[in-house]
Amino acid sequence: MSKPLKQIHLAAHFPGVNNTTVWSDPEAGSHIDFSSFAHFARTAERGKFDFLFLAEGLRLREQGGRIYDLDVVGRPDTFTVLTALAAVTEHLGLTGTINSTFNEPYEVARQFATLDHLSGGRAAWNVVTSWDAFTGENFRRGGFLPQQERYSRAKEFLSTANELFDSWHGDEIVADRESGTFLRDARAGAFVHRGPHFDIQGQFNVPRSPQGRPVIFQAGDSDEGREFAASSADAIFSRYAAREQGQAFYADVKGRLARYGRERDQLLILPAASFVLGDTDAEAEELAREVRRLQVSGATAIKHLEFVWNRDLSAYDPDGPLPDIDPDLGEHTVARGRAQVRMYRDPLATAREWRELAAANKWSIRDLVIETGNRQNFVGSPATVADTINDFVQADAADGFILVPHITPGGLDPFADRVVPLLQERGVYRTEYTGTTLRDHLGLAHPGDGREGRAGAARSA
Amino acid sequence: MSTSLSPLHLAAALDGAGWHPAAWREPVSRPRELPTAAYWADLVTEAERGLLDFVTIEDALGLQSSHLTEPDERTDQVRGRLDAVLIAARVAPLTRRIGVVPTVVATHTEPFHISKAIATLDYVSTGRAGLRVQIAPRPNEAAHFGRRTVPPLPAGGFNTPAAQQALRGLFDEAGDYVEVVRRLWDSWEDDAEIRDVATGRFVDRDKLHYIDFTGEHFSVKGPSITPRPPQGQPIVSALAHATVPYRLVARAADIGYVTPHDRAQARAIVEEIRTEQTAVGRAEQTLHIFGDLVVFLDDEPGAARARRERLDALAGSPYTSDALIFTGTPVELADLLQEWQEAGLSGFRLRPAVVGHDLPAITRELVPELQRRGAFRAAYEADTLRGLLGLPRPANRYAAPTTV
Repeated sequence: MSKPLKQIHLAAHFPGVNNTTVWSDPEAGSHIDFSSFAHFARTAERGKFDFLFLAEGLRLREQGGRIYDLDVVGRPDTFTVLTALAAVTEHLGLTGTINSTFNEPYEVARQFATLDHLSGGRAAWNVVTSWDAFTGENFRRGGFLPQQERYSRAKEFLSTANELFDSWHGDEIVADRESGTFLRDARAGAFVHRGPHFDIQGQFNVPRSPQGRPVIFQAGDSDEGREFAASSADAIFSRYAAREQGQAFYADVKGRLARYGRERDQLLILPAASFVLGDTDAEAEELAREVRRLQVSGATAIKHLEFVWNRDLSAYDPDGPLPDIDPDLGEHTVARGRAQVRMYRDPLATAREWRELAAANKWSIRDLVIETGNRQNFVGSPATVADTINDFVQADAADGFILVPHITPGGLDPFADRVVPLLQERGVYRTEYTGTTLRDHLGLAHPGDGREGRAGAARSA
Repeated sequence: MSTSLSPLHLAAALDGAGWHPAAWREPVSRPRELPTAAYWADLVTEAERGLLDFVTIEDALGLQSSHLTEPDERTDQVRGRLDAVLIAARVAPLTRRIGVVPTVVATHTEPFHISKAIATLDYVSTGRAGLRVQIAPRPNEAAHFGRRTVPPLPAGGFNTPAAQQALRGLFDEAGDYVEVVRRLWDSWEDDAEIRDVATGRFVDRDKLHYIDFTGEHFSVKGPSITPRPPQGQPIVSALAHATVPYRLVARAADIGYVTPHDRAQARAIVEEIRTEQTAVGRAEQTLHIFGDLVVFLDDEPGAARARRERLDALAGSPYTSDALIFTGTPVELADLLQEWQEAGLSGFRLRPAVVGHDLPAITRELVPELQRRGAFRAAYEADTLRGLLGLPRPANRYAAPTTV
C-alpha cells in the first residue's frame, strides 16, 4: 500500500524590504497603501492559502553610514495592518513577525489575543530575536542584549506570553443579567512570572481568544533556533527550499520533536520560496533571467559584495572583476539592520570561493551576485511548478511553502489562478477551507483539546 | 439661536457596553459579544450613520476597576477588553468617513511602536486616524511590565502634593511621548519615495530624517519605518481635568476633552487652556476643546432619569463620573450643548451610558435635532479626520520651506 499523499500548505509572504522585490516593474504598486495589502490578501484567500505572512524590521537599514536606498524602504505596523486585513478576508491566517527583544510580553500577548479575537481565530506569531544596539536606538530599553542571551530572552518571552494567554480559560465570562454576575471568577487572568528576563505579575486583561494561543512560528536556523522550534513552535519559516537541503533540514528538525514528547505532524516545515511562471518552461526561464537582472542592478551588486568585504567598494565597476583586496575582518560596520551579513561567517573563504567562481565562469561582480544570490526556487510552466512543489512535499523536503512574489501586489495572482487549480486536480491541495481557524488550516490541535504533548512542551519552554 | 457659532463637532466615546457599570445588564446590550469584531463594527457603523466626527475607544493595560488606583476584584461589572488600536484597525476598512481614535497608554509602551501603529491606522482608514494619549498611574499596571515602579498614591488620593508630583512626571513623559510620535510621523517627507529607475533609488534619503530625541525616559533615533501617514499628522487628543494635563493639551494636542459641570466652569477651563496655548506659542493653531458628557437620552420626559435610577439600583450604588451625567431628552441635550458652546467649547465627546440605547439616541435623535438648528453637519464634508475638524494638512517640520 502506498503512502497517502500529503496535503500541501501554502502561504503568501507580502513582498518585502529586500531586493527580491522588483519595485521598478511598471506593474509594481504601493508597498504601503492598504489597497495593496487587501489585494494581496484577497488573492491568497482566493487561492485557499493557509495564511499571509509579514516580515518586520524595526530600523531602516543602513550601509556605509547612510540609509540604504536601493530596495523598497518603509512598511506598515504589523499588528495594525494584519487586524485591518481581518476585515477584508474570512479564512486567511494572519501571521506577523514580532520581535521579542524590543517588546514586552504583556503588550504583545494583548495584541495577539486581540488579533485572534478580531479575526475569529486566525492569528500567528513569527517569534524573532534581535540583539543589535543599532535597532535598539529606537526603543526605551536601548539595544544591547548580549548575543548569547537572545534565545533565552525569546524563550522566556514566549513562555511568559503563553502564561498570559492561558491565564483565561474561556469560561470566565458568564454575563448573567439576572444575577448580575459578569465574571465567574474575580481572579480571571491572574498570573505571576518570575524569571531572569521578566519579573511580572497581575491580571491579563484580554479574555481567552478563539485559538487560545496564536500559532507560533520560528525562523532561526542555528542549532539553538532549531531546538527552540522543536520545543515550542508550531511551524518553521525555513530558508531551505531546495530539495536535498530541505530534506536534510526537515529530517533534522522533525527528529528533534520526540525529545519534547511531540509528534512529527505537530511542527510544520515551511520554507520561503519564490517563483517565476511562464506559459512554457522556456518562457519562464527567460523571464526568470530578466527578473534576476532587475533584482540586482549594478549598484545593488556592489552593495551586496560589501556585506562580505565589509568595506566601501563604491569605486569598483559592477561589470568588472571582483576586488583583489581581502575582506575587512574587523567588526562588521558597513551594513546595519540586515540579517544577511550574519550569513557570511567566514568572509575570507567566501571571497576566495567567489573569486574562483567568477574566474571560472568569466563573471563580473554583477553576474556573480546574480548567480550566487539566486533565490528563484520554482521556475517553469504552471504544470512544472505544481509538479515540483508536490514532489518536494511528498519527498519530505517541506510541508509546504511560503511564497514570495517579486511584484506587489499582483505577483501572487498568476500562482493562485494557474498553479493552485493544478494542485487541486492532483488531490494534494484543498478546494475549500474546511475549518475556520488557522490551527484548523494547518491541522494543528487547539491548546487544551487533548494533544497535551505539544501544549505541555510549549508551556515549559 | 447661536447662528453665529460654527457647527458643533461630535464624538462618541466607546467603552464596553457603555459607561454605566450596569449597562451590560440591559436587554439591548450584548455583553458576551464584547470581544468580537461584529460588535465593534456595529457601533462604529452606527456612529458613522449619525455623521459623527469620530469615535474614541477606551483602553488600559490592566483590568477595569471601580477603584482609581487598584484592582477591585468585582465580578458584577464588565472586565476584560481588547487592544483599542487594533479595534480601530478592524473597523476602519468597514467605514468610509468617520474618524477612529483609540486610546494609547504612554507610560508603559514604546513611542516608536505607537507612532507606526497610528500611521498605519491612518493608511488603513485613508486619513481618519487619531490617538487619545493616556497615562497609567496604577501600580498594578506597572507590575504587568516590571520595568519601573509607580509609587502607590497616598491615602489622600490625587489631590495631595506627592500625588501631584508623581502625576506631573507621568504627564511630562506623555508630553515627550507625543513629541516623539509626532516627529516620527514627519521623519519621512511626503515625496521621499521617488522610485527613480534611472539611478536605482527607491527613496531620496535626504528626505528621510533622524529625529534624535533624547529625554529623561527614552531616546529615539528614527526615522520611522512607516512613511508619513496620509494626514501628515494624525489627530492627537487627551482627556484633562487639571492644570498639569491642560498644559499637555495646550502643548501637544489637537483636541482636549474636558469635564466642566456647568457653563461657567467650561468658560474657566477654556480660558486656562487658551492662556497656556498662547504661552507655548500655539495661539495661531486650531486646538479644539471638547466637553465630555455621560448621556442618558430618552424622548419621554423623565424616562432617562428613571433609567439611570434603575441602573443605579442594579449596580448597588449611584454612578458617579468625572464628567457631568446628563439625563434628559435629545432636545434638552441639544440646548445644553449649544449653551456650553457659547462658553468656548467647539465640540463634545459623548459617553453613552448604555451604548446599545444611547448611541442610537445620539445618532438618530440628537443629531437630527442639531441639524434642524443648523448646528451640525448634514453630510460629511471632508474625507479625512483633520478635514472634518477644520485642520489643514500640516507642513512637515523637517522639510525645507517651499519658495513660492
